[in-house]
Amino acid sequence: MKTISEHVLDIIQNSIRAKATLIEVIVEESEKNDFYSLIITDNGCGMGKEVVEKSTDPFFTSRNTRKVGLGLSLLKQNAERANGYFTIQSEENNGTVVKAGFQHSNFDRPPLGEIWDVWYFTVASHNNLKLNYRHSTDKGSYEIRSEEIRELLEGVSLNQKEIRVGILEMFKNNLEEIGTTF
Amino acid sequence: MTKIKSLADLRKMKDEVQSQIKLRENSDHPEQVVQVKIGMATCGIASGAKDTMKYFVEELEQQAIDAVVTQTGCMGYCYAEPTVEITLPGKAPVVFGDVNKNKAQEIIDSYVKRGELIDGVIPVTFKTIDD
Repeated sequence: MKTISEHVLDIIQNSIRAKATLIEVIVEESEKNDFYSLIITDNGCGMGKEVVEKSTDPFFTSRNTRKVGLGLSLLKQNAERANGYFTIQSEENNGTVVKAGFQHSNFDRPPLGEIWDVWYFTVASHNNLKLNYRHSTDKGSYEIRSEEIRELLEGVSLNQKEIRVGILEMFKNNLEEIGTTF
Repeated sequence: MTKIKSLADLRKMKDEVQSQIKLRENSDHPEQVVQVKIGMATCGIASGAKDTMKYFVEELEQQAIDAVVTQTGCMGYCYAEPTVEITLPGKAPVVFGDVNKNKAQEIIDSYVKRGELIDGVIPVTFKTIDD
C-alpha cells in the first residue's frame, strides 16, 4: 500500500465484512511533535483473543477464498518501518480498534493520498454504513460524517455527478484549510 | 460556481441542481442500469482498484450510461486483480481480470455498449462476488 488512504480503504473492508454499521477513522498529525497516527474503530462483530493474536500474521485469514491475509500485516509493517507502532484491540461482539502510529518526518511514512475518494466511494457503495472521518493537524481539525451528508441531501442520490463533485470539493478544501500534509 | 466549503454551501449547491437531477432520475429505468462491482480487498487495492473504480465512475458518467458502481470483497482471483464484475441488464454477471484504465475503456466500449465479450474474462463457476 502506497498511501494511508489505501490502508484505510483496505482496513475498513474488514469492518464491513464484520458487519459494522459505524466506522470511525481518525488521522491526527502534528509536525510539532513529529507524530502521525491513524485510528480505525468499528462496531462490527469483533474477534476472539486467539484470532486477534493471529490477525497480523500474513498467513492467517478468516476467509476461505484464499490462504493469505495481508491487510493488517502490511499496515503493521509500514508503521514499524516508519519508526511507529501498531496495535489492534478487539472483543467478540464488541467491535475492533486498529491503531497505527508513524513518525511524521520519517521518510517511510506513507503520504495521506486521496482520502476523499476513499470516503466517498465507500459511503456510496454501502447505503447503511455510517462512516466518519476526522483529521486533525497543528492548525485545527475537520470532520465529515456520512449521516450528516445523507440527511442534508434529503434523498438525492450521492451518485449524482454534481453531488459527488461538490462533496469531494468540500472535503479537499477543508483539509487544505487546516494544513493537511498530503 | 463558488467554492464549496461548509455543509451549508453543499446544501445550497444541492438545492440548485436538485431539479435537474429529478428530471434525470425520472427518465431512469431501473432495469436498464448496468451494475459494476469492483473487487476492493487488499490484493485489489494494491493493484490499483481504487483508480479503476474512479475511472469507471467518471467514464460511465461522461458517456451518459446509467450505471451503479460499487465496491465488493475479494473473490480469490488475486493474481488477476483488479477484478471487475459487470452485470448488464437481464444478463448473467461477467468477471473481468487485470482491469486497468485501458482495459476499463475496452470493457465499456465493447461489452457495456455493444455486449461483445473481450479477452480477459475469468471463466468460473461462481454465482456472484458476494461470498
